[in-house]
Amino acid sequence: MTGTTGGLSEYRRMEESVTLAETRVTEGERELLTLNIGPHHPATHGVLRLLVTLDGEILRDVKPIIGYVHTGIEKTAEQKSYWKAIPVVERMDYLSYYFNAMAYCGAVETLLEVDVPKRAQYLRVIHMELNRIMSHLVWLGTSALDLGAISVWWYCFREREQLLDLFEMSSGQRMHTRFFQIGGVAEDIPTGWVDMVRKFTAIMPERAETYGHLLSRNEIFVQRLRDVCPLPEDELLALGVTGPLLRATGNPWDLRKAMPYSSYEDFDFKIPVGTKGDNYDRYAVRLAEIAQSCRIIDQALDGLPEGPWITGDRKVALPPRDELATSMEALIHHFKLVTEGMRVPAGEVYFPIEAPRGELACFVRSDGSSKPARVHMRDPSFVNLQATAPMVEGHLLADMIATLAMLDPVLGGVDR
Amino acid sequence: MPDATGLELLARELGGDVLGTEHAHGKGAIDVAPGSIRNVLQTLRGTGFSALVSVHGLDYFPQEPRLGVQYELLNMSQPDRVTVRLRVPIGEPVVPSVTPDWPTADHQEREIYDMFGVVFEGHPDLRRILMPEDYEGHPQRRDFPIGGEPILFTHNERTTPRWFQ
Repeated sequence: MTGTTGGLSEYRRMEESVTLAETRVTEGERELLTLNIGPHHPATHGVLRLLVTLDGEILRDVKPIIGYVHTGIEKTAEQKSYWKAIPVVERMDYLSYYFNAMAYCGAVETLLEVDVPKRAQYLRVIHMELNRIMSHLVWLGTSALDLGAISVWWYCFREREQLLDLFEMSSGQRMHTRFFQIGGVAEDIPTGWVDMVRKFTAIMPERAETYGHLLSRNEIFVQRLRDVCPLPEDELLALGVTGPLLRATGNPWDLRKAMPYSSYEDFDFKIPVGTKGDNYDRYAVRLAEIAQSCRIIDQALDGLPEGPWITGDRKVALPPRDELATSMEALIHHFKLVTEGMRVPAGEVYFPIEAPRGELACFVRSDGSSKPARVHMRDPSFVNLQATAPMVEGHLLADMIATLAMLDPVLGGVDR
Repeated sequence: MPDATGLELLARELGGDVLGTEHAHGKGAIDVAPGSIRNVLQTLRGTGFSALVSVHGLDYFPQEPRLGVQYELLNMSQPDRVTVRLRVPIGEPVVPSVTPDWPTADHQEREIYDMFGVVFEGHPDLRRILMPEDYEGHPQRRDFPIGGEPILFTHNERTTPRWFQ
């Protein structure tokens, strides 16, 4: 369905009634084609709908339309007591559940002013970095699939299985583990887990390098990415883009270094940065992050302190099981925590962490009761998605698929 | 994070736009009037807070003025954060949009409009973003009931239109 010269087609007008935004078309176009990509399209990495305006094969306008998987998680969290909100919050960005839990627990811990034991902080770091590798592996596999390289997908998911097995071993769940609790972690790691993680970190950097060789030396892959859809640093900053996308332009902004949380200051690691900010840099930065995450995990395992894995504050954490039979106080605390939950002092807090896709932050407002008055996730995918249109305008349609893959939005996090 | 003194110095720089300051949990917050938000954010940008990382809304039900909008500013060269807060009454929830100055606020202001019904004046494209276009009400308000949302099945809708009402 093509448009007439200087006017909008009937189809276009129909679409405009859905999206009231004006189409930003540049001068000189003769015929415009409106194409609807998604919401159910394998290359949109979720339920993302893109309304694109094409001039031949050149993109003139892109409108991301979101909200197809909006499930009202923020509203749901307001109805639950603080510790019951963790599982719902975890399900927002379904590839970075440990990060979601960390942002939320961190926010509540700040309000409670409870100290997290060092061992719990290290265990959190280990799990978050494993999660980061897992998220990057899914990104790499699906992105390569979008660009026509199917074997990398199988390799990436082989490693991902190992990671999910590790999560299952430490927490009983493969995804949405609810391992992080307010005040620490749910349980100590089981015997033999450390060895399994070490086996994994020993092999993973090498594997990541292999995938790098498979892709970076593939002429087709490189041509699809190199010098494609770059965006300068200042524009990315204006759009609020963080994470690997920003680091690809050479800005080494990483909250783990800049504003450390959960003992990240104890570890020695490097921040991979790019130079041009094109799709190749975005790919290379993420790939290099996998090896750095392995370094952090190794150091955290080496320095893993002994001691409790959750705070001893009985108003926040459940008492150990063995105390229940002998201590009346423990029984009362257990009963109060399970039935009512903890009361959190009134206040507002914004707790940011570095998630695989950028700054993930949880805003929690407490009114002094046992349920949060407001839980808001500043999800990096939601903010980064705004950069789609400036990145791809004036480029080819096929490059948009590559750019979307390198943007790595997770629609569960976008729509929440 | 600016300490309490640093926060006061920052507030002094803003002059008469500041309604109050609060320093809690190692982080500063500045309360401003809704009308002056664009000025305040521009002044703070001049002092180094050059990134607006988050804009979020909240509902202080049953307090008045009920609705709140918070702006999280970040100083990237000297890692530091400050929150700028404003409150608007539910009867007239109008806030000047900061999207012309900060393009990142675009989707986030739309989300606040969608969820809380705060109208951002001067926003280039203010409409719902997560809820359907024809949705009525602002679901994140505290007095918005939960549950009872009808599930739309198309086969029912054809035989008995608006069956859920």
